Amino acid sequence: MPDQLRVTVNGTEIVVPPGTTVAAAIVLAGQACRTSVGGEPRGPLCGMGICYECRAAIDGSPHRPSCQVLCAHGMEIRTDE
Amino acid sequence: MNSLLRQEFDVLVVGGGPAGMAAAARAAECGLGVGIIDDNATLGGQIWRSSLGAAPEPESLNWTERLRLAGAEVLRGRVFQQPEPGVLLAEGEDKLYALKFEKLVLATGARERFLPFPGWTLPNLMGAGGMQAMVKGGLSVKGKRVVVAGSGPLLLAVAAYLRRHGAQIVMICEQATWSSLARFGLALLRQPGKVAQGIQLKKELAAVPFSANSWPVAASGKAAIERVTVSRNGRMEEIRCDYLACGFHLVPNIELPLLLGCEIENGCVRADVLQRTSIASIFCAGEPTGIGGVELALIEGQIAGLAATGRDSEAQKLFRQREKLRPFVRALDRAFRLRPQLRSLPSPETIVCRCEDVRYSSLREHTSWQGAKLQTRCGMGPCQGRVCGPATNFLLQWDPESVRPPVFPARVESLAFMQNLAEPRA
Repeated sequence: MPDQLRVTVNGTEIVVPPGTTVAAAIVLAGQACRTSVGGEPRGPLCGMGICYECRAAIDGSPHRPSCQVLCAHGMEIRTDE
Repeated sequence: MNSLLRQEFDVLVVGGGPAGMAAAARAAECGLGVGIIDDNATLGGQIWRSSLGAAPEPESLNWTERLRLAGAEVLRGRVFQQPEPGVLLAEGEDKLYALKFEKLVLATGARERFLPFPGWTLPNLMGAGGMQAMVKGGLSVKGKRVVVAGSGPLLLAVAAYLRRHGAQIVMICEQATWSSLARFGLALLRQPGKVAQGIQLKKELAAVPFSANSWPVAASGKAAIERVTVSRNGRMEEIRCDYLACGFHLVPNIELPLLLGCEIENGCVRADVLQRTSIASIFCAGEPTGIGGVELALIEGQIAGLAATGRDSEAQKLFRQREKLRPFVRALDRAFRLRPQLRSLPSPETIVCRCEDVRYSSLREHTSWQGAKLQTRCGMGPCQGRVCGPATNFLLQWDPESVRPPVFPARVESLAFMQNLAEPRA
């Protein structure tokens, strides 16, 4: 396994150590995870796959609870769709 | 695309935290076919979640090894439906499981209770346990100002953990009164292990201001939280912070037990001395039977695993250990019960249901959870009321009367499979 993984969050590349969750990568990239139905930015809340506030599109698959998915090299994460 | 995998077990365990691991290990050690399913990347549940780059908890490794030696099958997925009694459907990464079982052990754990207050939907305001999980998953808090607030023993553990990872803990706010905390401390004296843990935490947090009688009343900031106002011993105080880690103790995860028809009493799954629920083939262990912590979860899990494999007399040998831990459950419940003043936390504009952005004012026009759901969509989003349900239960005394399948959001293909399974096979 490489020491560092490169992932992109909304097209911007960031480097994270293996074992980093996608939710942590999104927060580290300074991004919100989703926009609520009323237009508010939202970030992770429960950290354990319950609240779905951190849901994001991961490699094209939409609405994934990002706190339960680990980053993989080359992963494309989008929170702006 | 999903592929369907049918598997059969003598004992199936749902939940891979301490209770589930103990149940599965004890059941598998007598040679029966045992499966354990959990939706996290590794076993251990929330309490034994390991930090990025750090070794797993020794106790977690120990139970994982016992499971491996006993030949229990570990599956990763999330149970969302019971198509017929004795079968559960679970969604994995790229598979759909149809899991047939003779006996079932439910060890679904607990989650944090969240209470809405103005600004609580801002990014970087997380649960206390939620924040810890995020840092374990790689979020850096080095040099960040963090306020830890809410209620329960978790607050201290989280504050100490975040501090070890470089966070500056500005303040810990506990809503319970000093006198109830003192009573809780006295109750702990009966549990030598917990006293040692408490002393360790106290040492680590010696320099951190701790306030009882205190809770957050509002948070503000532009793109994320920047400030929190706390009511500290009756006086308002504004604190600058980068993160607010805020959770009001724990609530049992009873959605799956409810779906299966297990009787619920005071918000917990009713279980007899052998951890058997109101349904003879279904057992329940750990937090869903009442918030009691990891030691109790391990004992209950073992009893459930032994009883599920018919070894009642072996299970009975653990009854005394369980009895010794029971006073802790009662002490927890008493000490961290929410004070009624917290019912005035949300303003009319405060969003209560975060999934559907339903505000407190529109909820107050209704008299029941069911009515509010139908009219406002409260609880109809992807969390299915797991966040706003316990909040409205406290704020408005509403009871979520029932759950509907799927108990977790499932992919369309999975739901289509569910339909196929329900139809008679040609």
